[in-house]
Amino acid sequence: MGKVIVVTSGKGGVGKTTSSAALGAALAQNGDKVAVVDFDVGLRNLDLIMGAERRVVYDLVNVIKGEAKLTQALIRDKRLETLYLLPASQTRDKDNLTPEGVEKVIAALKNAFDWVICDSPAGIERGATLAMRHADVAIVVTNPEVSSVRDSDRIIGLLDSKTLKAENGEQMEKHLLLTRYDPARAERGDMLKVDDVLEILSIPLLGIIPESMDVLRASNVGSPVTLADDRSAPAIAYFDAARRLKGESLPVTVPGEKRGFFGKIFGRKAA
Amino acid sequence: MNFLRLFSRPQSAPAARERLQVLLAHERASAGDSDLVTKLRDEILRVISKHMQIDDEKVSVKMERGAQVSTLAVDIEIPFDAGKKAA
Ligand SMILES: Nc1ncnc2c1ncn2[C@@H]1O[C@H](COP(=O)(O)OP(=O)(O)O)[C@@H](O)[C@H]1O
Ligand SMILES: [Mg+2]
Repeated sequence: MGKVIVVTSGKGGVGKTTSSAALGAALAQNGDKVAVVDFDVGLRNLDLIMGAERRVVYDLVNVIKGEAKLTQALIRDKRLETLYLLPASQTRDKDNLTPEGVEKVIAALKNAFDWVICDSPAGIERGATLAMRHADVAIVVTNPEVSSVRDSDRIIGLLDSKTLKAENGEQMEKHLLLTRYDPARAERGDMLKVDDVLEILSIPLLGIIPESMDVLRASNVGSPVTLADDRSAPAIAYFDAARRLKGESLPVTVPGEKRGFFGKIFGRKAA
Repeated sequence: MNFLRLFSRPQSAPAARERLQVLLAHERASAGDSDLVTKLRDEILRVISKHMQIDDEKVSVKMERGAQVSTLAVDIEIPFDAGKKAA
C-alpha cells in the first residue's frame, strides 16, 4: 500500500508544482513507483513542468466521470519508467472533482504505487481541500516571507481539521519544505530566518530549497530539476528531502551557511 | 560553483519558447472541450464499439501534439470472437 502525500501551501507561486515534480522524480530515481497527480483543475501546469504536455490524452476528470480508465490516463515519464503523471483537466471546472470520485482514484493509485503525490492548487477552497483529503503525509511548502507563512499556518489548520485523518482523530504527519530561500537576502537580514519560520509554524523541517536559476532552466526544458541537473543545489536539496521522506534522518543544511540543523528542529514536535 | 559547467550548458529559453508555441497553438485551437485529435479519438472509439465490446483495459490511446503534425495512436486488442459477441 502506497503513501499519499499532499503538497500544499495556501499561497500560490511558492513552489508546490516545482516541488511535486522534483520530489516525485527524486523518489522514482531511487526506484520507487510514483504517481504525481495534478489537482489544479482549470489551470494545470504539472504536465508542462514534467515535459508531458504534448502527450496528455485523458485527465483526472475523465477518470472520475468514467470516460477513461485510470491506466489510460496515467502518462509514463519518458526518462523514468517508474514515474507517472495524472494530469488535471484544463478545460472543465472544479465541480467535476467529486469527493467520491477523488476517493476512488486515490484508492486505486495507492494500490499500484509506492507514492501518490497530490499537487494542490492554491487557495483554501474545494480543490485544495480535496487534494489534502486522503493524505497520509502533508508537505507544507513555504517561502521565507510573511504572507506565505501566514497562509501556511492557515493550511496547517485545515490539515488538522478537514482531512480524513483528522476526522478519524488521527494526527496528520506534516513537514515544512522551505523553498525559494535566498542566501544573499538572508545574509542582509531581509529574509525571515529559518528558525523564525520553524518556531512560528512548529512543524518539522523536510528541507530548504535555495532560490536558483536551475529551477527556471528545468521548467524551460520540461524536466523536474532533479532530472534536469542532478548536481545542482536545488536538485541536491530535493534528493535529501526525498530521503527524509523515506525516514532517513539527515541534517538539513541552510544554503549559504555551514551550520546544519539537526536534533534541534526534529526534536521540536507540533503542539 | 562549477563555472565550466555553467558556461557549457545550452540556453534553455529557446526550448521554453518552442514548447509553449506548440502547446498554446493546440490549446487556442480547441476553444470548446475538444481539439481535432480529441474528437478523432472519441469518434474512432465510438465506431469500434459498434462492432465489438471494447474492454477499456485492452485499449491504449496515445497522442503526441507537434508543431506541424500530431500523432494519434489507438492500439486495440481485438479478441478472435469479438465480432460474434457484439452481434
Ligand atoms: N527554488 C526556486 N528557485 C527559483 N525559482 C523557483 C523555485 N521554486 C519555484 N520557483 C519558481 O516560482 C514560480 C512558482 O512555482 P510553482 O512551483 O509553479 O508554484 P506553485 O505551484 O506553488 O504555484 C515558478 O516560476 C517557478 O519556476
Ligand atoms: Mg502549482
